[in-house]
Amino acid sequence: MWDYTEKVKDHFLNPRNVGEIENPDGAGEVGSLACGDALRLSFKLDEQKRIKEAKFKTFGCASAIASSSALTEMIKGMSLEEAEKVTNQDIANFLGGLPEEKMHCSVMGREALESAIANYRGQKVVKEDFEIVCKCFGVTDREIIKAIQENDLKTVEQVTYYTKAGGGCAQCHPKIEAIIEKVRKEMEKEGLTPKPEKRKLTNIQKIKLIEETLGREIVPALKADGGDIDLIDVDGSKVYVALRGKCSFCPSSEFTLKQYVESKLKEFVSDDIVVEEVKP
Amino acid sequence: MRTVYVDNNATTRVAPEVVEAMLPYFSEFYGNPSSMHFFGGQVQKKVNEAREQAADFLGAEPSEIVFTSCGTESDNAAIFGTLDSYPEKRHFITSRVEHPAVMNVSSYLNRKGYRTTELSVDREGRLDLDELKESIADETALVSIMYANNETGVLFPIEEIGQIVKSRGIPFHTDGVQAAGKIPLNMKKSTVDLLSISGHKLHAPKGVGVLYMRKGTKFSPFMIGGHQEKGRRGGTENVPYIIGLGKACELAKKHLEDENTRVKSLRDYLEVKIFEKIPNTLVNGDRKSRLPNTLSVSFEYVEGESILLLLSDLGICASSGSACTSGSLEPSHVLRAMGVPFTAAHGSIRFSLSIYNTKEEMDYIVEHLPPIIQRLRDISPFWKDYLKTQGKG
Repeated sequence: MWDYTEKVKDHFLNPRNVGEIENPDGAGEVGSLACGDALRLSFKLDEQKRIKEAKFKTFGCASAIASSSALTEMIKGMSLEEAEKVTNQDIANFLGGLPEEKMHCSVMGREALESAIANYRGQKVVKEDFEIVCKCFGVTDREIIKAIQENDLKTVEQVTYYTKAGGGCAQCHPKIEAIIEKVRKEMEKEGLTPKPEKRKLTNIQKIKLIEETLGREIVPALKADGGDIDLIDVDGSKVYVALRGKCSFCPSSEFTLKQYVESKLKEFVSDDIVVEEVKP
Repeated sequence: MRTVYVDNNATTRVAPEVVEAMLPYFSEFYGNPSSMHFFGGQVQKKVNEAREQAADFLGAEPSEIVFTSCGTESDNAAIFGTLDSYPEKRHFITSRVEHPAVMNVSSYLNRKGYRTTELSVDREGRLDLDELKESIADETALVSIMYANNETGVLFPIEEIGQIVKSRGIPFHTDGVQAAGKIPLNMKKSTVDLLSISGHKLHAPKGVGVLYMRKGTKFSPFMIGGHQEKGRRGGTENVPYIIGLGKACELAKKHLEDENTRVKSLRDYLEVKIFEKIPNTLVNGDRKSRLPNTLSVSFEYVEGESILLLLSDLGICASSGSACTSGSLEPSHVLRAMGVPFTAAHGSIRFSLSIYNTKEEMDYIVEHLPPIIQRLRDISPFWKDYLKTQGKG
């Protein structure tokens, strides 16, 4: 069974913005029945040219549906210039992460968005302009290069996870390997690697991200055991919390704090975080 | 939440009688069957009893039963053990729809310089026996064709195949993992030389299997070690599991009729109801020659993993041949070999029943499956397109 986050499950079980907008300002479609997943995205703009409404229809697995739903939520309210900057990693992050084998679902979201924006601008994303590297899934060199650059990919397996290229007959593996080598060389030359793992956060961003992470990753698990946690203060890299309910007198609370709360915050917020408990 | 388990081709519940039979052999009677003392001797007696139970179930002689660790080991041992006995013959025949335990051995052999032939199947999953006849050559060392397909339940005409193979003097192996316990097997009247069985598909635990080996079959051991299993499979016997498998074989023989009457009618009921309630559904595999417990259906324009997870949310455990469930990107090799169209291959679901299933459980599935398919079709861009082509959009 796949290890999906609660947020992926939520967006799969309760997808937001399902449908097709009539007379949309922009619409795009990627994937096909043969590929096993497809996404049709449409949006409408308001007077300020911001995305007022976004809707999707998706054929695919749970993470494809969740990625589509997440994408429509994320881009609402964005200007097209902002929306253009949404990466597949942003979609995956919004969902609290995706299994690596399923990253192509987030890439499909980004590609549909790109295609819908191009459609609005009267441009066309023409696949024929590029070389089709993977014949099984119709993946072009452009798509592969973009996935390598944006996600710092290093192996053929990773390229398959992110773009599907090479996931069928495997004949294109040498070609993909050559592309990886070329692109990584260019990236090194331009000093693009290694990419900083996490952005530098302002204090407000950091507190917000800590709150989100606690709410999404930690509180549900603690509540299941009759406990809870409150954020008391944040001072630089130090995060002060108070354990509530059963957790407050649980003998393994120290373990919970260090192994669980701290490691989750390190994962999702910043590597240097230290969690301290405030005793009542 | 209730659990409706209809994934018995993946694994089965260990029968309570089997658990009971096994338990004393973990702690109380822990002797080594090979020991000279009474403490090992009493265990050896029970292992022999299990061998008789397995032989009785298969219509074989006890000396023709070799215990292994699983179905995959039985398949590997049968293939490598035979090829090793005919080193001058460098051709291997199998089908395109085998379990990975045979299919991936075939690719391995190919990489090692063997010539391999993988027989094709038609849209219903049936073999063309003329293709088999034409493939057999003087250099053919072994033919290995599965008895019943794990994904679709399609039964191959094993005795007809066996006659063709044996008439050319070639050893014949069949992977009987899915067939055992579901259809009658009688090795005395069979053309099969080697037959693989897995314990956990017939209510014994995971980690034990059988390789039936007809008397006189040339074989070099795959697992090289001690004198156990008459030198055909080294390694100290997995005593409790072997005893459990023996018991499971005894029970399977007893339940065979129930499997082919009551379980079959539950499967047929499920199939009819699904077709009644869900449009654009198709069965995968030859309905005229199929295991009594298996139903593989495809729902057009939706994807299998999504169906499985929504079913799972309601406690219904099934499986799928879709790409996304396996972690690979293409639908199962079985459905591809059959040429199931992509509109349907990604949306395939397999229900596989056991004697523990009830009619009430089938009704539970029939009640909950149609809204799940509808819900996913409402999300799917292709469903609306399809309705438009039908003038319903």
